[in-house]
Amino acid sequence: MNWLTQLFAAGRTPGNRVLPFVTVLFAVTALASMANLLLPETSPLHVSTYTITLLGKYLSYAMLALAVDVIWGYCGILSLGHGAFFALGGYAMGMYLMRQIGDRSVYGNPDLPDFMVFLNWDSLPWYWLGMDQFWFAMLMVLLVPGVLAFVFGWLAFRSRVTGVYLSIMTQALTYALMLAFFRNEMGFGGNNGLTDFKEILGFDLQSDATRVALFAITALLLGLIYVVSHLILKSRMGKVIVAIRDGESRTRFLGYRTDRYKVWLFVYSALIAAIAGAMYVPQVGIINPGEFSPLNSIEVVVWVAVGGRGTLYGAVIGVLLVNYAKTRFTAIMPEGWLFALGLLFVLVTLYLPKGLAGLWGQLTAGRQRKADTALPQEAHP
Amino acid sequence: MNALDNARELMRPDRVWPFLVPPAPPIDVSKQVLLYVEGLSVSFDGFKALNDLNLYINDGELRCLIGANGAGKTTLMDVITGKTQCDQGSVYFGQTLNLLERSEPEIAQLGIGRKFQKPTVFEAHTVLDNLEMSLKTAKGIWQTLMARLSPGEMDRIDHVLGIIGLKAQRFRLAGALSHGQKQWLEIGMLLVAEPRLLLIDEPVAGMTAEETERTAELLTSLAGEHTVVVVEHDMEFVRSIARTVTVLHQGSVLAEGTMEQVQNNRDVIEVYLGEDA
Repeated sequence: MNWLTQLFAAGRTPGNRVLPFVTVLFAVTALASMANLLLPETSPLHVSTYTITLLGKYLSYAMLALAVDVIWGYCGILSLGHGAFFALGGYAMGMYLMRQIGDRSVYGNPDLPDFMVFLNWDSLPWYWLGMDQFWFAMLMVLLVPGVLAFVFGWLAFRSRVTGVYLSIMTQALTYALMLAFFRNEMGFGGNNGLTDFKEILGFDLQSDATRVALFAITALLLGLIYVVSHLILKSRMGKVIVAIRDGESRTRFLGYRTDRYKVWLFVYSALIAAIAGAMYVPQVGIINPGEFSPLNSIEVVVWVAVGGRGTLYGAVIGVLLVNYAKTRFTAIMPEGWLFALGLLFVLVTLYLPKGLAGLWGQLTAGRQRKADTALPQEAHP
Repeated sequence: MNALDNARELMRPDRVWPFLVPPAPPIDVSKQVLLYVEGLSVSFDGFKALNDLNLYINDGELRCLIGANGAGKTTLMDVITGKTQCDQGSVYFGQTLNLLERSEPEIAQLGIGRKFQKPTVFEAHTVLDNLEMSLKTAKGIWQTLMARLSPGEMDRIDHVLGIIGLKAQRFRLAGALSHGQKQWLEIGMLLVAEPRLLLIDEPVAGMTAEETERTAELLTSLAGEHTVVVVEHDMEFVRSIARTVTVLHQGSVLAEGTMEQVQNNRDVIEVYLGEDA
């Protein structure tokens, strides 16, 4: 039971506040779920299914933000293309859900999804084979983004591409995928993507119970990923990862093959993003090439920056705040949202380099600095 | 019970099964020479940083490299540690290991440690973490993920903390240390790695007189067990530690010998020491 003691020890170590985070997450999930299922709709404490789905969506976004935080906040790799892994995971899940529709679709073809009938295709393309099996689809959720991340990371990190060049490449990656998935001939539903899902594993996707279950599973996975990420980052490997962020060439001179560390961390991060995408799609009910758009990936970076990169809980806080603001803002003034987001990013970069999670430290440090400036100091050029 | 003990011994988490350990390439020093640098040339955009340089470092010696700025001291270290590619020449570690075909991490794992001119410690880590990462252990991803400090390693770190005088600061962030302490921490990071060859670039830059003296003592005590190559501008310091001094000038060796010999060398007086006199 060594790992159990380790798990509890991990909860006590400061830095990422594992135990409080997981407790709050699970408590909120349990309360919201019960308030939806057990309380009558007339009760003032009733939580609507709309809210449950919204929360589920936020939690999938939180996973995506964790993925970006792990590589950006801890390893200094600014990926502006993590939406690609998110969308690929989502598409794999979407393909499974598409095959579950069977003959209940508009055209009623039991073997082909509607958009293929519409394109006059007479059989499934090879890459759709097996996607009607849940286990196979889940394997693909992990495998496709994982392999893509591995190949991309291997090529990029071995040639020592870093900094802004890497960010641009990740943007290009997600943009290229977006253009590809927009094409009807690709066989992923083109412009419209995959939608009109009916059930998952035989459960009706529209029912309250399924919605709540999906929300709870998302919360569970988020908690699990949070703990695993924390354990990885607390290990010596985590220290090496931070060392790579702060001085990659120095780390190489210590004997660590930094390119391999970066590749595997990138793959790990892509897998988290893929799981997030796979949980997102059944709750939102649609996946289309818009998810690949570079803007989405940049938005993730803003969430992490607002919450505070380099702390796992900061990323989650950022997601919840920015998305709540987005939900509210777009209801009042839809066209103003992007300006608000840009303004937020600029303000955070200028005044809160460590995000909201670093606000407390910044305040105390500020007080410290005031005390220091009372002493005479050498002039800085 | 015996079988259980055996099984426990076999599954000890702090050990790697012998057949999984990559064989450490033996360093052949049967000719008493640890590092062979022959005919080395490096040029940057036509500027010859190193020009047909020949240098032999004996096993266990303490060697000082001196030379004016641009003489090629740092470039030489860059080539040895794999940071810079050379145009011509060969660099062998022992008689058999060609350093030019190896990457920085591989060279580091062979047992060549380097201290940079500017102290480069990991400021976001504690002193202890800095030392832990520098330990001479398996540096693969899986081993690092599963690594726990063994009692032996803790003793090793403790010992080094004693040498570098940072015992009280072990849980401080390295970024909060003074300049001199950072220099010492970096030397400590070299020591825990138990390197065969230490390349030390300007160890006493920015140190107080007392710290300089302690550094001199430390470096002298290291020679013998380790081989030490020091690059330094501070002639007083060089005089206090050096047995053999190599003078570089415009990318090649100008003179070599004891401090006495070098100081009386006509060429050296002309191009280097002459500036000071």
